[in-house]
Amino acid sequence: MAKVTLTVNGRTMSGECDDRTLLVHFIREKLGLTGTHVGCDTTQCGACVVHMDGRSVKSCSILAVQASGSTVTTIEGIAAQGELHPVQAAFNQHHGLQCGFCTPGMVMTAVDMIARHGGALDEATVRHELEGNICRCTGYHNIVKAVLSANEEMHGAARQAAE
Amino acid sequence: MGMEGIGARVARKEDKRFLTGKGRYTDDMIVPGMKFAYFVRSPHAHARITGIDVSAAKAMPGVIDVLDGKQLQADGIGNLICGWMIHSKDGSPMKMGAWRPLAVDTVRYVGDAVAIVVADTAAEARDAAEAVVVDYDELPAVTTSLAALGEGAPQIHPEAPGNLIFDWQIGDGAATDAAIASAAHVTEIEIHNNRLSPNPMEPRATLGIYDSAEDHFTCYTTSQNPHVARLVMSAFYNVAPENKLRVIAPDVGGGFGSKIYIYPEEIVCLWASKKTGVPVKWTSDRTEAFLTDAHGRDHVSKVKMAFDKDHRIIGLKVDTIANLGAYMSLFSSAVPTYLYATLLSGQYAIPAIHANVRTVYTNTVPVDAYRGAGRPEATYLLERTMETAARELGISPAELRRKNFIRSFPYQTPVIMNYDAGDYEASLSAAMQAADWDGFPARRAQSEARGKKRGIGMSCYIEACGIAPSQAVGSLGAGVGLWESAEVRVNAVGTIEVLTGSHSHGQGHETTFAQLVADRLGVPIASVNIVHGDTDKVQMGMGTYGSRSGAVGMSAIVKALDKVEMKAKKIAAHLMEADESDIVIENGELKVAGTDKSLPWFQVALAAYTAHNLPAGMEPGLKEGAFYDPSNFTFPAGCYIAEVEVDPETGKTEILQFVAADDFGNIINPLIVEGQVHGGLAQGIGQALLEEVRYDEATGQILTASYMDYAMPRADDLPSFTLSHQNTPCPGNPLGIKGCGEAGAIGSPPALINAITDAIGINDLTMPATPLKVWSALQGSSMRMAAE
Repeated sequence: MAKVTLTVNGRTMSGECDDRTLLVHFIREKLGLTGTHVGCDTTQCGACVVHMDGRSVKSCSILAVQASGSTVTTIEGIAAQGELHPVQAAFNQHHGLQCGFCTPGMVMTAVDMIARHGGALDEATVRHELEGNICRCTGYHNIVKAVLSANEEMHGAARQAAE
Repeated sequence: MGMEGIGARVARKEDKRFLTGKGRYTDDMIVPGMKFAYFVRSPHAHARITGIDVSAAKAMPGVIDVLDGKQLQADGIGNLICGWMIHSKDGSPMKMGAWRPLAVDTVRYVGDAVAIVVADTAAEARDAAEAVVVDYDELPAVTTSLAALGEGAPQIHPEAPGNLIFDWQIGDGAATDAAIASAAHVTEIEIHNNRLSPNPMEPRATLGIYDSAEDHFTCYTTSQNPHVARLVMSAFYNVAPENKLRVIAPDVGGGFGSKIYIYPEEIVCLWASKKTGVPVKWTSDRTEAFLTDAHGRDHVSKVKMAFDKDHRIIGLKVDTIANLGAYMSLFSSAVPTYLYATLLSGQYAIPAIHANVRTVYTNTVPVDAYRGAGRPEATYLLERTMETAARELGISPAELRRKNFIRSFPYQTPVIMNYDAGDYEASLSAAMQAADWDGFPARRAQSEARGKKRGIGMSCYIEACGIAPSQAVGSLGAGVGLWESAEVRVNAVGTIEVLTGSHSHGQGHETTFAQLVADRLGVPIASVNIVHGDTDKVQMGMGTYGSRSGAVGMSAIVKALDKVEMKAKKIAAHLMEADESDIVIENGELKVAGTDKSLPWFQVALAAYTAHNLPAGMEPGLKEGAFYDPSNFTFPAGCYIAEVEVDPETGKTEILQFVAADDFGNIINPLIVEGQVHGGLAQGIGQALLEEVRYDEATGQILTASYMDYAMPRADDLPSFTLSHQNTPCPGNPLGIKGCGEAGAIGSPPALINAITDAIGINDLTMPATPLKVWSALQGSSMRMAAE
């Protein structure tokens, strides 16, 4: 057994787990944050994407002990005080989700993607960067729309603030 | 239409919980004392079990118990059923072999469940499963339907000699043969419909909870139809009487057909919970999903389509072999018969049709309904045949289709269906215009100049949705009626709960069903809650599949709303001393027409519950239920056009545009309908270009059991889609709805294959059209050309 301490969504949390426990299982089962999902066994589907020390990672591909000491943000941690994050709001507005199972991973990937590109996103880039997130419901059409729309809103807001 | 009523483009009410990680799926459920299950599964495609030794496994850390099929059988748990009886053309009933929830003496596919391990943690259960020793005597296996029907093939079930389950026919064979004999032209083609895995992103899961004090079971499960699950587990598997079994399908992460069925795992976990005295949770991993979730399609067909000298179709003859896998799944017999061959008239007036369907056991995962269920098979067959015929006859594909369109309704096909409404010309024209069909030759020339091969292809589909009239399906062999139920409960403060037997697993019912109530009563959708997916809350329902929830489920809500409105009007008339016939409901008020008298909705609701001043003899309360049994199927139809560019160097196909023009009847929420089409198109494009379940024919091992091996469509495999609607309201239900859930998956595969074969100039190409297959076809053709 190993002791793992993480700062998750701003709170420091600890728990004991097997050495072999994956971060995603630690988050779901030890911390009770079930918004992060498991959709495959092979790091393909991206339903488990969280942010670790500011980077998006597939939490099924990291041992909980490897993550110990890091700062993790999960889907439960990105809406401020009940207000949806602009990416979450765009997914709602553009119907970028149906069954909702891939959605947490999609949103976490999209937040990271928008931050990394500093506003310079186009459809081809979004589609390319969503390669590691599988959705079976939406055909990606509205997810791509939602990401571009959120990008525009966040980038536009940043631009306005700068002016 | 109000801001939130029928036809309004309302963003979904249910989204917030999914977007913030608050969705509650079966695997998210945690109950006190819960333990974890892992299934020991057959590593062989076909083998006799000669012994099971669980002693080492039972001694492993954390293990509570290991249970096998003999114990399950001894406790009287029944075998799995097939819910639709089909008779062969000789009158004999289908030959169904036993499917035990845990195999006892024989395993028949890789993944067949043999034993269940229950342990403190999922990891411990998995470890212990490794220590279960099962002795097998391997038997020869067969994976393809053609080989299974062959001389000397391994026998999979003693009940089905030659592995033939049934040999069924529909239509007029003699008339069809006569038409073919007299034809000016006959197009002959062999059609393969590839085998697919549905792959909802949420893997199946179940949590069985036995309460010994109450002798009561609770089953959380990833189901599209929890009430049918309760009925079947109670009536056939002897798990518990219905009043002692609660089935809950909470948030469900997609289904696409694969979550209709009651699988062994639900039954075994409930039973194991009673045996062990602890709640038992099982969650499939993705490989297990490929090994055990029902697959879809897998047809091989021979087709003859006969034309007169004016290019009118005069006859269609189809001979199909459908692979049903190792066991007959719940609707497996209906899919390649009444959901398939009854659609073989397509959008065309065909005077004579005959189809023969043989279904076959193989040592593969059971095959059942997958998005479209039979209708994609019919559409792919017809639209590939039409395209081939147009090429042979030297006329344009649009002209050939136009010449043969059904143009007056109702139209009785020779294969049971009675089409009630449609305008096939409208969707064809809209699609061709949206795709700039006439500009294609210029675009092809541009591609050619860049060394690329450009092609364009169309597909005109029809489907039968809104299943289905109970008496009709009963007469065809269905074990259940296919009505739907609804209850509208108006609370004393005027807010509303709608209880429905439909189940939403991505379809957005919490929004669209609320829009219907908003439309009728003028209340905001925020004051309407949709309750579904729990047999303790909703009395009975048939669930969601076959694009039925709008056409059937919402029609039941309409009926219940009619009753609620009638009672509310009586109360309002009484309170305002007006005639009941003068009361109208508008914008959340009950008004006396032509006066300024009105009562807000909540006040009438409150009056119903205070019961201080109700019409003489009226019962208090405002709550009404209804069952709706449809009078006919509904017939969504449309035209899809794909334009592609093939790189002859690599064989890779790029989709340049994909146009969908659909007739879904009236639409409740265009945003959601478009989303349904997008998702269907992605699955259809996946079938055409990427996806195929493959088996090693010698060993029966599945070769595509992870996302490393089974090509799921990703964002960069797909284009953005161009959609339009040409709606003719359905005359058969009160809202004029036809259904939109499956169209995309039905119409898209033939459009794509027609486009790719147009691009490469080779008609013979099977799905999925992978770069290797397309490149090889091009090499073969250039070799042939070089030789000529």
